[in-house]
Amino acid sequence: MADLTTTFLGITTPNPFWLASAPPTDKEYNVRRAFEAGWGGVVWKTLGEDGSPVVNVNGPRYGAVWGADRRLLALNNIELITDRPLQTNLDEIARVKKDYPDRAIIVSLMVPCTEESWKAILPRVAETGADGIELNFGCPHGMSERGMGSAVGQVPEYIEMVTRWCKENYDKPVIVKLTPNITDIRYPARAAKAGGADAVSLINTVSSITSVDLDDFCPEPAIDGKGSHGGLCGPAVKPMALNMVAEISRDAETAGLPISGIGGVTTWRDAAEFMALGAGNVQVCTAAMTYGFKVVQEMISGLGDWMDRKGYARTEEFIGKAVPNVTDWQYLNLNFVTKARIDQESCIKCGRCYAACEDTSHQAIWMKEGRVFEVNDAECVACNLCVNVCPVEDCITMERLPAGQTDPRTGQVVSDDYANWTMHPNNPAAQAAE
Amino acid sequence: MAHTIRTPGIVAGRLEKDVLAENFSDLHPPLDAHEAHVAADRCYFCHDAPCITACPTEIDIPLFIRQIATDTPLAAGKTILEQNILGGMCARVCPTETLCEEACVRELAEGKPVEIGRLQRFATDALMAHGPQPFSRAAATGKSVAVVGAGPAGLACAHRLAMHGHDVTIYEKRDKPGGLNEYGIASYKTVNDFAQAEIDWLLDIGGIDIRYGRALGRDVTLEQLSDAHDAVFLGIGKPGVNRLGGFDLDGIRPAVDFIADLRQSDDLATLPVGRHVVVIGGGMTAVDAAVQSKLLGAESVTIVYRRAQADMPASRYEQDLAASNGVNLMFNAQPVSASGAGAVESVTFEYTADNGTGLKGTGEKFDLPADQVFLAIGQVLEGAPEDLSREGAALATDPHHRTSLANVWAGGDCSATGEDLTVTAVAQGRDAAEAIHKSLMGEGGPTNG
Repeated sequence: MADLTTTFLGITTPNPFWLASAPPTDKEYNVRRAFEAGWGGVVWKTLGEDGSPVVNVNGPRYGAVWGADRRLLALNNIELITDRPLQTNLDEIARVKKDYPDRAIIVSLMVPCTEESWKAILPRVAETGADGIELNFGCPHGMSERGMGSAVGQVPEYIEMVTRWCKENYDKPVIVKLTPNITDIRYPARAAKAGGADAVSLINTVSSITSVDLDDFCPEPAIDGKGSHGGLCGPAVKPMALNMVAEISRDAETAGLPISGIGGVTTWRDAAEFMALGAGNVQVCTAAMTYGFKVVQEMISGLGDWMDRKGYARTEEFIGKAVPNVTDWQYLNLNFVTKARIDQESCIKCGRCYAACEDTSHQAIWMKEGRVFEVNDAECVACNLCVNVCPVEDCITMERLPAGQTDPRTGQVVSDDYANWTMHPNNPAAQAAE
Repeated sequence: MAHTIRTPGIVAGRLEKDVLAENFSDLHPPLDAHEAHVAADRCYFCHDAPCITACPTEIDIPLFIRQIATDTPLAAGKTILEQNILGGMCARVCPTETLCEEACVRELAEGKPVEIGRLQRFATDALMAHGPQPFSRAAATGKSVAVVGAGPAGLACAHRLAMHGHDVTIYEKRDKPGGLNEYGIASYKTVNDFAQAEIDWLLDIGGIDIRYGRALGRDVTLEQLSDAHDAVFLGIGKPGVNRLGGFDLDGIRPAVDFIADLRQSDDLATLPVGRHVVVIGGGMTAVDAAVQSKLLGAESVTIVYRRAQADMPASRYEQDLAASNGVNLMFNAQPVSASGAGAVESVTFEYTADNGTGLKGTGEKFDLPADQVFLAIGQVLEGAPEDLSREGAALATDPHHRTSLANVWAGGDCSATGEDLTVTAVAQGRDAAEAIHKSLMGEGGPTNG
């Protein structure tokens, strides 16, 4: 039986599933119940500086994107950091950590961009006995207008500077949470590393407007007829998050920097994918906000089940295993030639592959008498669109043409040599491959 | 309550009123908006969709379902009604399990087709509740067309002709329009007087005058109609019923008459039904009569069909509906005789077999007790002008529904191409109207509008 115990930055938790800094981790009541439900750790909802707490809007804080049957595909929020007094949060953190020594409690922080502000809060956090801190450089709404959150995360120099202050004034691990609202995630990650960060966590939410009310022409969620962009999270953001995690994992400058993966983790499989791309653990929010704390039970059983099937005894055996296979386009093997194959037995004759290929791709699918759909290899470029639009799993597959066979589309014999764009004759910069 | 299900003979009031009301409520309750969304999302929006091909009126089903899914049910309703002006009724009475839903690729994939019929009802209900029909008349052509019969074929024909700007006069022998929509078809398929509401809505287009109590051959002749109008469309259905020699005791009657009585009844508690009912036949009329007998409180109801179950014209869905309502289904048995002192008391059947040389009795017989017997062994054309050519027992028509007389068209059950289906009648009435329109306006000549 696989052991899900995972050690991240020296913090060992019974599983790699942590709750992200967000409403589910805003108070003692929730966090105790989360731990009872089985979560390995939490990142406490972001604390701000002492004094009058922030205020939130008193209208709706969330917008949503739904799929069929109102399945929640994404949430968008305009909530700010904790609106409870600093000392209340610190007291609760200390109490919960004392009672749950085997679970991680990381404290998320966001204070103004001055060294004094950070110096003031860090010792008080240290007193709680929490396992580490996470710098919220990601929140894209509200606080960013005040020079915090993503306003810091979008400027690598600020990231490095604040990270350094924290490392100088706090003894335990410092995690820097990154915003995806930038053009190249590697720069903020490199800055965090340069500042001495022990890890990065990503992604925070994506700036977004989820929908517009077409009666009163107001973005959702509407506050008295006006709307403000929020931060998007949930299953819809996972692909962007996976790419950003992978970019940091394979960047020479940040390779080896621990990553806590965040962004639409909804099932054990999502978690395994983040971890395969180099995340040492994952943080979850939307899945818990949609289904409650109990979802962690499926994540635990599912990850363990998959590890047993694959023969992994511990999570570190598969963490980062997909990183070597993430490469640049120019290194993809151009001699890898595939063709779509339609399994007539499982085909239900909906014709979506035909419509997609005929109208929007390469006119490589024939529709024959009796709604029989067949691939014309002479036109098929193997784009995969037919596979993607087919409602039947595994009905259409891509099959590799073996070496020695002639590709009827190009008239060229398939080679089993590896050859990429850098070697291609059409590439003006290609080195002649002898 | 004066009677119970065990009261002998044919009596009314076997069940309490509230039980009757429950029994005759909507067979398929309407989808609410969320249910419709979920159901609509299952549609794959197939290319050249098989469901369209399977629909006699060729409704663009994937399009209307996508319109429902994207919160525009009125647009969905219009998509349906452009092809089938009686789309509301067809949504209720079509045997979708043998038409669009049988062809649905999800039927092939999972045995669970998209609920096309219920989605069609959702859209047409929404459009009809919204207000007047979205169709209007083209400029008047000055042409006049006689439509005989205000059933589905005649109404569809009349509406399409009116859209094209022609003046239409419908000659209807009964005192209400609707044909089998009003007088046939089980009432739990069309509750709340939907048939009449739909016709009122349809006639709102204007230009359609209905004359009731006017039967072809009795009150008006084809010659008179030809003289008074530029064209004639016959949608007279099959008003006659097949009879069974020797089955003329009291208590034996055509199933269609029983269904018509039931549909016209204001108070089902006053409608008599037998304690032991036997229905002879195997089509949808047999099922409708049998199920409704049971719902009225008959103690036992048996459908006896002379051929094998696989040959039964009523779909498997209809058979299951009958069975789930407690109707006993017997196959491979043919009626031999009915007996009783004055009124029928029992029916004798003989088992049959078909060993490749046609259906034959096996010699083995059995009796079923029966104080009421419904014959549902088919309807026939009756009262049609003799100078129109026949194909088999029905009117011969060309591919454009023109009869052997140049100015006379026909469609629906009276036509040799009819299929005893509302939806087919609508399609033929509509297409005949297009053919009449072309004929009246001249091929390639000026069209209306």
